[in-house]
Parts: sequence; structure tokens; C-alpha cells
Amino acid sequence: MVINKDVIIVGGGPAGLATAARLKELGIHDILILEREKLAGGILRQCIHDGFGLTRFKEALSGPEYAARFIDQVNKMGIDYLTDTTVLEIDSTKHVIAVTKNELLEYQAKAIIMTTGCRERTRGAISIPGTRPAGIYTAGVAQAYVNLKNIMIGKKVVILGSGDIGLIMARRMTLEGAQVLAVLEILPYASGLPRNIEQCLNDYDIPLLLSHTVTNIKGKERLKRITVNKVDENLKPIPGTEIEYDCDTLILSVGLIPENELSLLAGVELDSRTRGPIVDENYQTNIKGIFVAGNALHVHDLVDFVSIEAENLAEAALTYIQKGSIPECSVLVETDESVGYTVPQKISCEKDITLSMRVKKPLKNCALQIIQGDDVIKTKKMRKALPAEMIQIGLKKEELRSSENIKVVVRHD
Amino acid sequence: MDQKKSPEYDVIIIGAGVIGSAIAREISRYELKIGVLEKELDVCSETSGRNSGVLHAGFNNEPGSLMAKYCVEGCLGFDKVAEELDIPFSRTGKIVVGFDAEDKDKLIRLKEQGDQNGVPGLEIIGKERIKELAPYVDGEFAMYSPATGVLNPFIYTIALAENAHHNGVDFFFNNEVIAIKHLENTSKNEINSEKSYEIKTTQGCYATKWVINCAGLNADKIARMLGINDYTIYPCRGEYFILDKKAGEFLKLPAYPVPNTKEGGLGIHLTPTIDGNILIGPSTEYIEERDNYSSTQEIMDLLIKDGGRIFPYLKREFFIRNFAGIRPKLVNKDVGGYADFVIEAREEAPHTILLIGMESPGLTSAVPIARRVIEMMSEKEYLIEKVNYDPYRKGILCFNEQPLEKKRKLIQQNSNYGEIICRCETITKAEILEAIHNPLGVETVIGIKNRTRAMMGRCQGGYCETRISEILMQEKDKPENEVIYARQGGKMFVGKVRD
Repeated sequence: MVINKDVIIVGGGPAGLATAARLKELGIHDILILEREKLAGGILRQCIHDGFGLTRFKEALSGPEYAARFIDQVNKMGIDYLTDTTVLEIDSTKHVIAVTKNELLEYQAKAIIMTTGCRERTRGAISIPGTRPAGIYTAGVAQAYVNLKNIMIGKKVVILGSGDIGLIMARRMTLEGAQVLAVLEILPYASGLPRNIEQCLNDYDIPLLLSHTVTNIKGKERLKRITVNKVDENLKPIPGTEIEYDCDTLILSVGLIPENELSLLAGVELDSRTRGPIVDENYQTNIKGIFVAGNALHVHDLVDFVSIEAENLAEAALTYIQKGSIPECSVLVETDESVGYTVPQKISCEKDITLSMRVKKPLKNCALQIIQGDDVIKTKKMRKALPAEMIQIGLKKEELRSSENIKVVVRHD
Repeated sequence: MDQKKSPEYDVIIIGAGVIGSAIAREISRYELKIGVLEKELDVCSETSGRNSGVLHAGFNNEPGSLMAKYCVEGCLGFDKVAEELDIPFSRTGKIVVGFDAEDKDKLIRLKEQGDQNGVPGLEIIGKERIKELAPYVDGEFAMYSPATGVLNPFIYTIALAENAHHNGVDFFFNNEVIAIKHLENTSKNEINSEKSYEIKTTQGCYATKWVINCAGLNADKIARMLGINDYTIYPCRGEYFILDKKAGEFLKLPAYPVPNTKEGGLGIHLTPTIDGNILIGPSTEYIEERDNYSSTQEIMDLLIKDGGRIFPYLKREFFIRNFAGIRPKLVNKDVGGYADFVIEAREEAPHTILLIGMESPGLTSAVPIARRVIEMMSEKEYLIEKVNYDPYRKGILCFNEQPLEKKRKLIQQNSNYGEIICRCETITKAEILEAIHNPLGVETVIGIKNRTRAMMGRCQGGYCETRISEILMQEKDKPENEVIYARQGGKMFVGKVRD
């Protein structure tokens, strides 16, 4: 039996819950959230540190507390969600197949909202030489073991990559009695937020070695030792700079990749820069009626922006559910080589929008400019811009014209 | 040694690789008590599981060699084996591509050699045919071998061992042989109670009449324990990249370069796996240690360069893992090339059969080799066929490959099919449990991976590893600090965070 739904939301994390609550407020009642974990909340369930919610709720919450705000709201509003439910397939007609412990479920949705989050880049993806012993974990997996499963993964730890989860795990492992010998970053600057460098490394005297990477892994059964080299400007290891660390654990925090395997099944096109879907200002993908928000769209620095983005998506989804289509967006947002990407990638210039973007390298005293034709339509001056921090620029529809593509450029010394 | 407590066997096989497991299954047809000793925690932990997974047709080997004979036999007879053991296998065919006149000469000679060995259907093809067979592979001409296939070497070896076990063979893991004693004064009244050897392992002692040495990388050491000193194994490592299934769409059959006969490998090639990934490799590098499975930066760079030569569609975003295997070669680097398989019974160690230098094409040749071992045993032993020998084995049902209605029914019958543990490969809890409770028993997380494909996908266990280690702890009643990743001593955890 195929069950009809106005909207199916795949993923009950901060994006999925927020979009569901907003849709309900807008008057959509036939909503179903499908969540593969045993509880809603997504990755926040394992983020037991605080610092969430400063933008969205104006107070510092832990991850589970932040998630609870949305879970409570969803429960209060009577929005349906199924946990322990894994979506196997979606297609371009918005047919959804999912499984639970009890049954195989088939749905026909008017719209699908993909809030599937992201996954971690692995050792294999970055091809670190050496053996493949026990004791090598990605930061999120390490966090799940320690915070959700009460399992201690090791005693002497080196962390490769200065992504936020790696930094958080440096502090977490230290607090649980492990010795964190160093955090290594191949780039000449940290990829995590400055506040995490301060609160997770500096406060615990954990050294951060910039321009360093792991060049060998030793240990046949359990990890025994790693070799670290300094890298040159092309990120190639410099011979003669070897440092050896005796350690039993290597935690990798080497990047996050938007999770879009289901969307790909439906024919959704991805942007090679974000590795998330190409979307218009309505967060609609190239497949009409399939929307995406949160880390599945592009990796965010703060969960607050995930929820806000997902809430913003709801209005367009409402229009789509009610009318069966939303206006096309034909103006492309292009970037110069200093800007990593923008989201959305396509706009209509018919309404106010917020562009999210990241710079590729840290910059001081710079200005981001939005250009259409020969006109600079907006300039955002910044004392510093970091790749770790997402930048948002709001544009009013009066400032835009729908005849020409937009380009985001950076001016700096 | 307390001889009274040693379990007694008619046959002890040393090594649970593909050769040892195939021999165990073949001998289990007869009324004999058989044991297999394996130093690792699972079958096919070394050479047998660490290769391209190709069912070779047999054109690479010298006419008249055992390699040529058994490889051709093994390849042609594999459909029956695959059917009996319920294992995935596909006769994809294979191309060996060349670029210049010298390559072409070599390909023509290779075809002649294959024809002589009895390999069916070999042909030299041009660029257009290459583009039909493998649109993304570069090459001016090629030799096409329709009989070549791909299989999953783990599943194949596991299936052989499970079926052997089902027919009464005992497997002892974590049992490294440390000494073999030839017993002189045994009773010779009853042929089957005559025990000629006592084998001491890291775990205990085993008395046996026959010793079959299939110890792969350590076969020379075992031979020495039997008093035979004339073999030396030269470990020769081959590294690989594993590519995402997304790359698998671009290659449907193995594509090899023209082999350099001196090198001792078949050249860095591209192999689609039976599961839809692509392997690039292996390199050929003589090393000192017999269990150094490291990947190295130099070889990784070489694989990308050489692999890219015949498969220009090689992208970094497709890389999901590296691995290495080690060939137990009987020739050293200076000699190069291949030595033939050694399969022999020696006067100085009666009732032993040595299988040494079992490198490629050992995977393809395993069953004919096992039959040869039976022949050799039967010269000295009256072998009585079992009436209840069962050649069939059932594999783990793959939920993801079932049609929708079958999936629905499976979940209704067993709720564990409704719990997806590995998202990338869509592996259910039912399959994980079946792997853990398989007849041989699984002690390691890698053992579950090799049986189910869980953790083999692009997230490499990011979603499912925590779940799988938890299920293993529950099912085997193990505390945190006893969960083993792959090898003895490879503990995944140190304990609880807090009691």
C-alpha cells in the first residue's frame, strides 16, 4: 500500500525538525519525518558540549538541549515522525521506500525535503600511507563511542585535522583522562572556529601544529606510532622534518561531505564545490519538489544557521505543495577564485535573499562585493575572513535585476 | 608436551587460506578426522584475501607448468564450484591492452601461450572492440579473454571453509604452529590411529598422521619444522587502491597492461570487483617482513600514474581505501618472474604434503590443487568416501539484492531485516547476525565486514562501525576491551569511559 503525504522529510536532525515545525505553522499538516536513528536530534545527540543556540535562541545550549527545543516543539505540534526508519530509495516522482523493524513502507509525497546531514571524510579518501591497525577513528565516530556508547577508544591520542569535531574531541579525550599529544593541520591555518582553538586546545595546552601532516602509520594490530612531517606550500611533506609520536589512537577530523546518496538516486545534480545539490533561492534542487537544507546542502559552521536555513525553506515548499510548482530561478550566482562557493547557486531576483558563502583562504582587511554587470550592488567589508566561518550577505530585490548573472568577488591587499 | 591430551587427527592442514580451505573441503569427502590450524583469527587473512579477486583463464603461465594446468582447470570448472557454494561470481572477460608494436608482439605470443594451455576463446582485438568492451579504457589493441572472471576472494574462501566445517572439519584459529615433532614409536596396528606427528601451536598440541602444509607466506618455515630445508619464501608486496562504486560504472571487465615477464606480477591493472568497486594495483615490491601490509606514498603515486595510463577516468574523489597483499614467491628479486607451484610429498617426511609458492594463480587453482592433494594421499592411504558428504553451502542472503516484495516479506518474517546497519551498502542487522553466528564463528569486526560488506562503502564505517562493534559485544558477550578489529592484539577499545 502506498501512503500519500504532502511532505516527507528525510532526516530528523536540526534541519529536518526545524523545517517540519515551520511548515506546520504555515498550515501544512500532512507531514512525516523519517529518522534512521532510534531518537530524533541527528548528530546533536552526541554533541554534549555547549555553545549551540547563541544565534537562534540567544543562549548557550548543549547539543542535546538544542535538539530538545525542536523535538519538544514538533511533539507539541503533533507532527508525525518515525524513528528507527531508514529510507532505501527516493525517485524523481517523489516515491519513497523506507524500512522499519515492522515493515517496508511506501509513500507518495507531493514534496520531499532532504535533511540528511553530512558524513566524515575518511582515511582512505585522503590516502594516508602505512598499516591499517585498530585505533584509527574519524572524529565523529570517536565522539559517538565516547559520548553515546560509553566506550573509551584509547589513551594516547594524536588528532589529524583541525576541524571543529577534532578540536572538541581533543578536549573531550583530555577530560576523560587520555593524553592528547598534538593536533596536526596540513594547511597553514586552522579549519575549525577560533573559539574552539581557544577553548579546546589552548586551555588544555594541546599543541596545534600547522602545516603538518601524518606521513606514516605503524602498528600491525593496534596503532603504535605515527610519523609526522612538515609540508611545503604545495602541501607536500618536506623530507627531514619527521617527528615520531608514540600513540595508540589517531583521530581524523579531515572534512565533512554532504550526504546525498539518496538524492543522487532521484537524479539530483550536485555542485562539485559544495558536494551538495545545486539549489535555487527556494532550496529546490533540479528535481522539482525535492528540496534540501542544512549540512546535506553545504557544511555549516554553526547549527543555528542549519535550523534557520531549514526554516527559510518552508515557505517555498508550502507554495510547491499547494500549487504544484514554484517560479523558475534563472540568474546564476558565480564566484571568483577567492570564494569557495555560494548557496543558493541560482536566484530569481524577484525577492530578498541571503547568500551564504565561504572564502577559500584566510584574508585580512578584505571586501566581498556582489557584482551584476558593471555595477557593484553590495560591498561587505571584513577585518578578517576565515574559511572556517560561513559568511552571509543579504540582498534586497530592489538591488537586483533579473537580466544578468551575479558574481561574488573578493577585494583584498 | 602432554601427549595424552593432544586431540588426535588423521589429517592436519596448516593454513586456512584458499588452498588450505579448498583442501579441507576436498578431503572432507572421505572418512577422515581433519583439523585446520590457522595463526590468524579468521580464514583468508593474508594472501588469499588480499588480491585482485580475478578468476584467471590461464594464459599467463608457462605451458606444461602446474600453474598453467591447474589455472585452466580451475577456471573452466568454477561455475560448478560457485553453484555448490552459493557464491557470487561473474565471467566478465578480460582485456590485456597494448600501445605499440612491441606490445603487440607480446600480446600475440601471450595468445599463443594461452592457446597452448587450452584457454578458450582468446582473440586479438582492435581499438574499436576495446571501446565496445570497455569504453573508458585506453589502448591501441588488446588480447580479449572471454573466460576470465571476477569473484570475492573472502566469500569464496569462507564458503570453502564453511562447507568443510559442515562436513566435519575442525578449524582452530589463533593457533600458530611453533614446532612439529616426528613421532617414531607409534602403534601400526590400525591404519587410522597411526599418528606420526605432534604439532605444537601457541594454543596447544595436535597429534596427526598427515600434515598438509599450506602455510602460504610461512610455508618454508613449516617445511623446515618437518626437516625440509630447501625452500625460501620471498615476500613480494602488492598495493592497491579501492575505488567507489560510482567509478565502477566506468569499467565492467578487468583491464591489464601487457605484462613485464621479468617483474613477477601482472602489471598494475584495473579490476572491477564482483560487488561493483574498482581495484587499481597491485604493485610488485620485494620486502623483508612477511606481514608488513603497509601502503607507501611512492607506490600510491605509482598506482595513480600507471592506472591512469589505461584508465584516464581516474579521479581522487573515487578513492575509498588502500590495502596491500603479499605474494609468497619462490624466486627472489634478481631472478624475477614466476616459479611454478611446488606440490610434493617427500621421503624424509612421510605423510606430509608440501604446497609452497602458492601465489597467483592460486585462487583460481585451489580446487584442482586440492584434488591433486587427494590423489597424492590416496597413493598411501585407502580413502573411503563418506556417504553423507554434502557439497552444498548457503551464503548469507543479501537483502539489498532482493526485489521489493521479497524485502517486504523478509521484514515480516524477521524484524532484523528491517534494521539497516550499514547505510552505504544497505546491510541489515539480520545479515550481521548471520555473519557473527556463522558455522566457523567470527571474532573480529573485520570478519563481519568480509562476510557482509558492511563498512566497505564510501563512509568506511562512519555510520555503522559503532553499531557493529556493539552488536558483536552483545552477541558474543564481550566486554569493551576484548573487541578485536582484525588481528590478535588489535583491540579496538581500552574499556568503558566511566563505570
